[in-house]
Amino acid sequence: MSNEVLISVNNLSKKFSKDLKRSLWYGLTDISKEVVGISEKSKDNLRKTEFWAVKDVSFELKRGECLGLIGRNGAGKTTLLKMLNGLVKPDQGDITMRGRVGALISLGTGFDPILTGRENIYVNASILGIKKVEIDKKVDEIIEFAELGDFIEAPVRSYSSGMVSRLGFSIAVHMKPDVLILDEVLAVGDAGFKMKSLNKMYEIMNETAVIFVNHNMATLSRVCNKILYLKDGQPQFFGDNVLKGLEMYLSQFDDEQGFIDYNGKGQFNELVISSNIDRGFDIKGRPILNHGDDLIIDFDYNLEPSCGLHELSIVISNKDFLTLAFHKTGPIQNTASGQNKARIRIPKLELTNGEYSITFKMVSITENDELPENYATYRHWKKFKVEGLNTFNSVPFMVSGELEVLS
Amino acid sequence: MSKKAESGLKVTVYTPKSSLSNPIIMAKALLSDVYSSRELAWRLAVRDISAQYRQAALGIVWAFVLPLVNTFTWVFLSQSGVVTLTETAIPYPVYVFVGTMLWQILVDSINAPLAETTAAKTMLSKLNFPREALIVSGIYKTLFNALIKVVLVITAIAFFAIYPSFSLLLLPIGLISLILVGTAIGLLITPIGVLYTDIGKAIPLFMQFLMYITPVVFAMPSGGLAEIVFKANPFSYLILTIRGWITNTPVEFLDGFILVNILFFIMLLFVLLIYRLAMPILIERMSS
Repeated sequence: MSNEVLISVNNLSKKFSKDLKRSLWYGLTDISKEVVGISEKSKDNLRKTEFWAVKDVSFELKRGECLGLIGRNGAGKTTLLKMLNGLVKPDQGDITMRGRVGALISLGTGFDPILTGRENIYVNASILGIKKVEIDKKVDEIIEFAELGDFIEAPVRSYSSGMVSRLGFSIAVHMKPDVLILDEVLAVGDAGFKMKSLNKMYEIMNETAVIFVNHNMATLSRVCNKILYLKDGQPQFFGDNVLKGLEMYLSQFDDEQGFIDYNGKGQFNELVISSNIDRGFDIKGRPILNHGDDLIIDFDYNLEPSCGLHELSIVISNKDFLTLAFHKTGPIQNTASGQNKARIRIPKLELTNGEYSITFKMVSITENDELPENYATYRHWKKFKVEGLNTFNSVPFMVSGELEVLS
Repeated sequence: MSKKAESGLKVTVYTPKSSLSNPIIMAKALLSDVYSSRELAWRLAVRDISAQYRQAALGIVWAFVLPLVNTFTWVFLSQSGVVTLTETAIPYPVYVFVGTMLWQILVDSINAPLAETTAAKTMLSKLNFPREALIVSGIYKTLFNALIKVVLVITAIAFFAIYPSFSLLLLPIGLISLILVGTAIGLLITPIGVLYTDIGKAIPLFMQFLMYITPVVFAMPSGGLAEIVFKANPFSYLILTIRGWITNTPVEFLDGFILVNILFFIMLLFVLLIYRLAMPILIERMSS
C-alpha cells in the first residue's frame, strides 16, 4: 500500500512575466501557439520581463509521506502547487499524479458567498468530481468536523475567514483524497481547530500523500517527514532530514540585522557573549556554546547620571524569532559618571542545538504596576550557536530530571 | 490526459506539450469532460439561478424586461410616426416583441461563456474541475431565462389572436440553434475577453449595432445596399425563420437557416478545443 509513489515531479519549471500588459500579450501569443500546436522551443527562453517562478524542481512523494513546502513569500510555493493541481501548465519538465487530488490552494475554496454552507458543500464536492450519493453520506460528518453548528444554513458570506477555512479543510479531508495539497489553510484557524486539523492530518496521512505549506516551523517539524525548500523558485533543499531543511530556510534570515530602540538616556557600548569554556566561533563569527555550558554576557553601557536605579534584562529567541527565555537582573545603582559594566551568568544552559539571538534591554525600576521607562532595547542584537546535543526533534530545551526506579 | 493505472488509480500527467500534439486523446478527454461535467454544470446553474433571485427584488422580471422595454420603444416610435417602417405581415407589436425576445436569447448566449468564465475566476484559480462545466452551466441558465421568455411570447401571440400552427412545435429547434450560434460566438471571444476587458465592454455596443442590421425591429428590406447587408448577416436567417415558426407566417429562408446552423456547429467544436487549450494559460493570469 505505501511505497506507492503518488506524485513524481521531474525538472519542473514555470515562468511568469512581471509586467501585466506583456503578460497578457504573451498569454495571447501562447494561446495561438497552443492552437497551432507549436510551442516547445520558445518555452526554454525567457522573454522580456519574464522570470522563472519555479525552476528545475524534482521530487517524489509516496503514500504516507508528508512534504513540508517552505520558502519566503513569492518563492514559488503556490505556483508549484497550482501546477501539481493541474491549474497551471508547466513550461518545462513533467508531473505525474496518481489518484484523487484534494487541494486547498490559498484560503477559501471557491465558495459562493450567497449560498449556504450546506449548499456549498455539494457544489464543492461536485467540483471535486464526487457523486451526490457519496456526499449525502458524508455531509453530516463534514459539518460536524467544521464545527459550524447552525451557521451551516447561513450564507457563506456571513462566515468569518476562520469558519470558511474550517469548512474548506473539512470538505477536503473527508473526500478521501489520495493526494492532499494544503496551502496555508491552518493559518487562520483558532488554536483548537489547528489542533484538531493536525490530528485529522495524522489520521489520514497513512492513506494519503500530503503536501503542506506552513510558516510555523514547530508545526512543520511535527507533521512533515520531508522538506522541500524553495528560494526564488529554485530548490535549495529536498530530503527527509526535516530539521536540516528548516535550519537552511531559517538561516537566510541570519543577516537580518536586529534593531535598536532607545530614548537617548541609555546606550549599550559593548555586548559580548561567551561561555565558561572557550569553544571558538562559527564561520559567521558567532560564539559557540555547548549544551550545559554557562552562558556569560558582558555589558558595557552608558546611562544618563540623572537616571538612578535601573535594571538589565535579556530575552533569548530561536531562529524563528520565537521567544524562549527571559532573565532580569533586578535593581542596579547607576554610577556617578554614568558608565557601567556588568556581567550576567546563566549557569548550565539547557538550550538544545541551534542558533539563538539575544535581545538586550535597559529599563527604569518602577513601583507597583507602573510601566517602566525604556532606556534602550537592542532587539536580536547578538547571536550565538549551541552544539553538542542533538534531540532530533524541534524542542528548544532539554531539561534535567532525576530517575527513580520504583518496583 | 489521464488513464487508469494497474493499481486502479487515475494517473494524470502534466507536460508543457500542447495537448493538440495528440488530437485523438484530446478530443476524447474533451468529450468525456463535457459529459462528466453534467452534474457539476447543473449544480452551478441551480446555484447561480437561486443566488440571482435571492438577491433581486424583482426576480424573474429581469429575464424579459429588456426586450419588453425595447418593444415599447419601437411600438411608440412607429405609432407616433417618428420613424416610418415597412409593413409587416403580422401586427407590428408582435413582430417587434417576438423579434427582440429571440434576439435577447441570442445575446444572452453570446454573453454567457465570457461572463461565466470571468465570474468563476476565483474558483478557476483554486480548483481543478472540468472547465466545460462553466459553458454547460451558462447554457442551462440561458435556457432557463429563454423558457420564461417563451411563455411570455406565447401569451403575447395568443393575446393578439394569432393562431399558432404545428410549426410552433419547431420552437425547441429554434431555441437550440440560437444557443448553438450564440455559444459558438461567445466561446470564440472568451479567451481574448478574459485577458482584455475591452472585449466585454465592446460586446453590448456591437450587439446593438448588429440588431439594426438584422430583421429584429425592421422587416427584411428589399433592394439596395440594405438587402445585401441583411442577407449577408447570418443572424437574419435565425430570427426570420424562428419568428416565422412562432407566428405562423411562411418561412422564406429555411436553406439559409440550415446552412448557418451547420457552419456554427463546426465552429462550436473548433472553439471548444481552443477554450480548452487556452484555459491553463488564462488561469495563470487570473489573480486568486
